[in-house]
Amino acid sequence: MNAAPLVALVGNPNAGKSALFNALTGARQKVGNYPGVTVERHAGRLALPDGRPVELLDLPGTYSLDPSSPDEAVTRDVLFGKQEGERLPDGIVVVVDATNLDNHLRFTLQLAALGLPMVVALNMVDMAERDGLVLDAEALERELGVPVVATVAVRKRGLDALKERLGEVLKAGHKLREGAGAQHDIVVLQRRARQIATAVTVSETAARRWTHRIDAIVLHPVAGPIILLALMFIMFQSVFAWAEAPMGWIEGGMAWLSDTVAGALPDGFIRDFLVQGLIAGVGAVVVFLPQILILFAFILVLEATGYMVRAAMLMDRVMASVGLSGRAFIPLLSSFACAVPGIMATRTIADEKDRLTTILIAPLMTCSARLPVYTIIIGSLIPERSLLPGIGLQGFVLFALYILGIVGAFCAALVLRHTVTKGATSGFMMEMPKYQLPRIRDVLLGLWQRAEIFLKRAGTTIAATVAILWLLTTFPQAPAGQKQSEYSVAGRIASGIEVVVKPIGFNHDISLALLPAMAAREAAVAAIGTVYAVDNPEDAQGEATITENLRKRWTLPTALAFLMWFVFAPQCISTIAVTRRETNGWKWPMFMIGYLFALAYVAAGLTYWSAVALGL
Amino acid sequence: MNAPAAIPVPVPLASLPRHKPGSVAMVDWSKLSEPEGRRLRELGLDEGVEVELLHKSGLLGGGPIACRIGRMIVALRRHVASAIHVSPAA
Repeated sequence: MNAAPLVALVGNPNAGKSALFNALTGARQKVGNYPGVTVERHAGRLALPDGRPVELLDLPGTYSLDPSSPDEAVTRDVLFGKQEGERLPDGIVVVVDATNLDNHLRFTLQLAALGLPMVVALNMVDMAERDGLVLDAEALERELGVPVVATVAVRKRGLDALKERLGEVLKAGHKLREGAGAQHDIVVLQRRARQIATAVTVSETAARRWTHRIDAIVLHPVAGPIILLALMFIMFQSVFAWAEAPMGWIEGGMAWLSDTVAGALPDGFIRDFLVQGLIAGVGAVVVFLPQILILFAFILVLEATGYMVRAAMLMDRVMASVGLSGRAFIPLLSSFACAVPGIMATRTIADEKDRLTTILIAPLMTCSARLPVYTIIIGSLIPERSLLPGIGLQGFVLFALYILGIVGAFCAALVLRHTVTKGATSGFMMEMPKYQLPRIRDVLLGLWQRAEIFLKRAGTTIAATVAILWLLTTFPQAPAGQKQSEYSVAGRIASGIEVVVKPIGFNHDISLALLPAMAAREAAVAAIGTVYAVDNPEDAQGEATITENLRKRWTLPTALAFLMWFVFAPQCISTIAVTRRETNGWKWPMFMIGYLFALAYVAAGLTYWSAVALGL
Repeated sequence: MNAPAAIPVPVPLASLPRHKPGSVAMVDWSKLSEPEGRRLRELGLDEGVEVELLHKSGLLGGGPIACRIGRMIVALRRHVASAIHVSPAA
């Protein structure tokens, strides 16, 4: 039994546990300025000053050992040794926000009653100083009877002292007290915590002027909602405006790669496979990296400043009208980037029905994987003209698709809350963090991680899908006079699907793209590209060819129906998998697939028939 | 109605003038659901604690309010805020 001692980082939400975890272990867990960034446990390693290794656990923040939501339950289970596959921690580091001492000390007292060896990290002492608050760490140590170390996790201050004190307390043995936890009345603990906080506060001056000033503007009854809407609008506009140039560079790079490979290899199967299949297919998707990064940059900055909770507060009334709470706004906004982290973030929602509803509607938020599909179809088939000065028709259609997803989600929530997820709402009560300037390093790190995920996905899932699709569309070779995209194996499968989707205006190309789109939505673009490549092997590759072919082969009603399908259809295996995990079974993912496909079919059909009737 | 001017009458937090701190005189826990009451206590709300109404959201007075409880800023829905009765500081 020489396993490294297990130490858990515990504390109130937004105390800086993940920042401290990253600083101590060199990990890159996500940090942000709102309660509930961390929703599951993460493990890492650190070495004590004497060289002994320690296994460190980062846990979701919680206000007490009496959990209100699934993320908080993880923390309680770990501390009581009830977490599956996890031993009881040998010690804890309680992370306390120095600017919020009276509240955080209450939970510290509750944790002290567990009887585990513990050290208190008095974190964010720099923020406290900025607020004009001077604290006496030694006095706090005397009052609590456990080691207290002042730290600034984001600046790596106080880490050595923390490790040293941790080493000392770990040498003492421990035992979980019988019936530990919840044996103290919360009100009694709170009063004791306030006494201690007062005793250790050396001096205090008027504080938080900045947070008040900013809130007076962004929470203003009139200006607040306008600012929120404007921020959302700027976010979606920038995704297009700023991405154009870097997308051009990537396209250029892909064209060069394609030409180089084509020139270096002899004519034949291998060359066609690499150039027409792999490079064209993966390239068609990789081009969208800049757009995805811009979208993420916006979301990361919003999360880092502390504005996210204000947005949730402003949205609470609207969300309440469809039976949700403002809390659900945070997971839904991250679903614009990707529904998978969005669905995981719902763990902070207390009420089970409330949470389930949010999970079920999260895929309706237009995720970044739909952007490539929307962009290419709109760019090819929606005329480029101005609606109003400065507002183009193409941009408007794109914005409308986003709005449609949101409206669809709200309608779905309303219906679900009155039928399958009927029940009480969990209300809205949230701690509002002080504003902070985003740390450039954290934002860049978040972007880098996202780029890695995207490129990995392009290199694995999408490349594999494209490769299989190319093989299936290339064989068997069509006799002269027959279209390769129809004669091949994939073409014949698509003809089967076409029977089902023909009534809603889908052509053979779309039918062929629907299956690879299940693996990853972006793969639809690659699939359409592949179809045109195998039908016209002499053509140069690239987006231009896809555009020209789309114009030749698709009608406007078909294109509109296709866009509408992508707004609603649950075409993403990862989302279905994460829903299964978060709802513990197949019942809800199956329900989600069913209702979203039904919605997609009806919406695409209605769009197609109306467009045809209007003579578009 | 005839309360002497020297003893401030407790008013619901939602109706407190903005930026006029007071201390919590009484919380009507019966108006709150069990999880609401528990979370409110966890956020440090207790009789005698200093609170201050900071911001009200929503045009027609329906959105959540932001208030200070001790040193913490918390967003609450109106019905919760109206269950918290505050004695304005004299």
